[in-house]
Amino acid sequence: MTTKNILDIIYLFASVTFVIGLKMLSGPQTARRGNLWAAFGMTLAVAGTIFLHDGEVASIIYILIGLALAIGSIIGFVAAKKVKMTSMPEMVSLFNGMGGACAALISLLEFHHNVGDPGRIAIIMAGLVIGSVSFSGSIIAFMKLNGTLNKSIRLPNYNFINLIMMIVTVGLAVYVTMSGTESSVLLYGTFALALLYGILFVVPIGGADMPVVISLLNSFTGLAAAFGGFLYDNQVMLTGGILVGSAGTILTLEMCRAMNRPLFNVIFGAFGESAATGASASMHGTIKDISISDAAVLLNYSKKVIIVPGYGLAVAQAQHIIHELELILEERGVQVKYAIHPVAGRMPGHMNVLLAESNVYYGKLSEMDEINPEFASTDVVLVVGANDVVNPAAKTDPASPIYGMPILDVEAAKHIIINKRSMNAGYAGIENQLFYDPKTSMLFGDAKAALTKLVAEIKSL
Amino acid sequence: MNEFIAFIGEHIDKIYVLILSIFVGVEVIGKVPSVLHTPLMSGANAIHGVVVVGSIIVMLNTESDQILLLSLGFVAVILGTLNVVGGFVVTDRMLEMFKKKDKK
Repeated sequence: MTTKNILDIIYLFASVTFVIGLKMLSGPQTARRGNLWAAFGMTLAVAGTIFLHDGEVASIIYILIGLALAIGSIIGFVAAKKVKMTSMPEMVSLFNGMGGACAALISLLEFHHNVGDPGRIAIIMAGLVIGSVSFSGSIIAFMKLNGTLNKSIRLPNYNFINLIMMIVTVGLAVYVTMSGTESSVLLYGTFALALLYGILFVVPIGGADMPVVISLLNSFTGLAAAFGGFLYDNQVMLTGGILVGSAGTILTLEMCRAMNRPLFNVIFGAFGESAATGASASMHGTIKDISISDAAVLLNYSKKVIIVPGYGLAVAQAQHIIHELELILEERGVQVKYAIHPVAGRMPGHMNVLLAESNVYYGKLSEMDEINPEFASTDVVLVVGANDVVNPAAKTDPASPIYGMPILDVEAAKHIIINKRSMNAGYAGIENQLFYDPKTSMLFGDAKAALTKLVAEIKSL
Repeated sequence: MNEFIAFIGEHIDKIYVLILSIFVGVEVIGKVPSVLHTPLMSGANAIHGVVVVGSIIVMLNTESDQILLLSLGFVAVILGTLNVVGGFVVTDRMLEMFKKKDKK
């Protein structure tokens, strides 16, 4: 028995915890334990790598590794603990970028040891390119989500430019591999090109599609890690990386499917772009704001209120506060119902799951066909983070990309209050004439924050 | 070309692991409720932080007088650790809401 045998067993165990962890993460009841299992496996794998290493290592190196682990752990822990719930996706993106950078650095460091071995150089170059794209792409995604970079910058013919960039980057990496060159200039040139490509790849994509992009970059980093595993003959990196690579790809496709948007369109922005410019010109009327107190009064003195939840509710995790709003209004003698559009959120049943989680009585959730005739007799419709499912263009504008999709007839109600984070277009990327309707008032702000204030205001009435 | 085929032959066991892992990854995800999309993505994100193991190996194999290589390795270990620790902690925080539901 050698230390190498023990290390292999540890790696085997860690790989199994990754598989089990991912499996458990796909069910709501087991998800948290799954995450802890994977974290446990990871800790063992890292500890094993350090303490069961074969060969002489100067103590200064152990000190440096320990120091780096400590710095990374402290910053990572504090950042993850302090980040607001609503900023989670951008945090994930940032951490993903760190992993990509780590993989790219490994490739840079290993390159010169392996010149003359085309197989290993091929792996190193692949890890370098994918890791770098994942790094710079994730940083752009992070900046887009936290608002630093809030416009989709589109170079003219950006799809063409990006394609050329990709070909040049991959071509250079292949050249370095085939030619057996030792040139640092070519190595760092590939590195720089890959970084640039990552930026150009993500910059044109709209903020609403960022979760999909992050998921895609996530599987890229997984691949980069797997290349590292190949390089070091390290099973845990290989299995962990590939698992994430393939699971991440499936998850990306699943996310696209759930929001009825092909991955191709997300990346190449095929629709949404032209439709948005075409439709925005035809918008007329003015946007009207409503204050929290006015909204509170309006709701409090209504007879019947219908709540239309959408993805914004899920993003803001406002399902509990909306339930509270429902309870307090019922207490005041207001009849409250929820209108569930079949594709509200990102997939069928999304809103049902979410509202069930905050114990909303199931009988209060009405399907579209059942509730549509009721809007005419409704005093206030409160739309929380939904957009396309209440867009009248689906009925009236044959040029609209969503024309023909059945929608909730909210415009029949006496008043419509729409809670949204901003005037940004919804998932289909198109403007909504409903916002300009004279009966409509906009309540801007994060759903959870706005509803919390609203509930407090109604309580004080 | 021959070198590449020889390379594949030499590493055939790893290639088996690789291909089988792809299928495991696909199967393990299966059908995920969309509320879990973000936590699952985040959990997977933490798992690929396993790349930190590679950066540790780089450092362990570096001589203590190679300052440049050591400093790059040092940065790589920090970045990888950020990925792992941050990833798992963020995922855990996202999943807290499911735990509260269990208690009720």
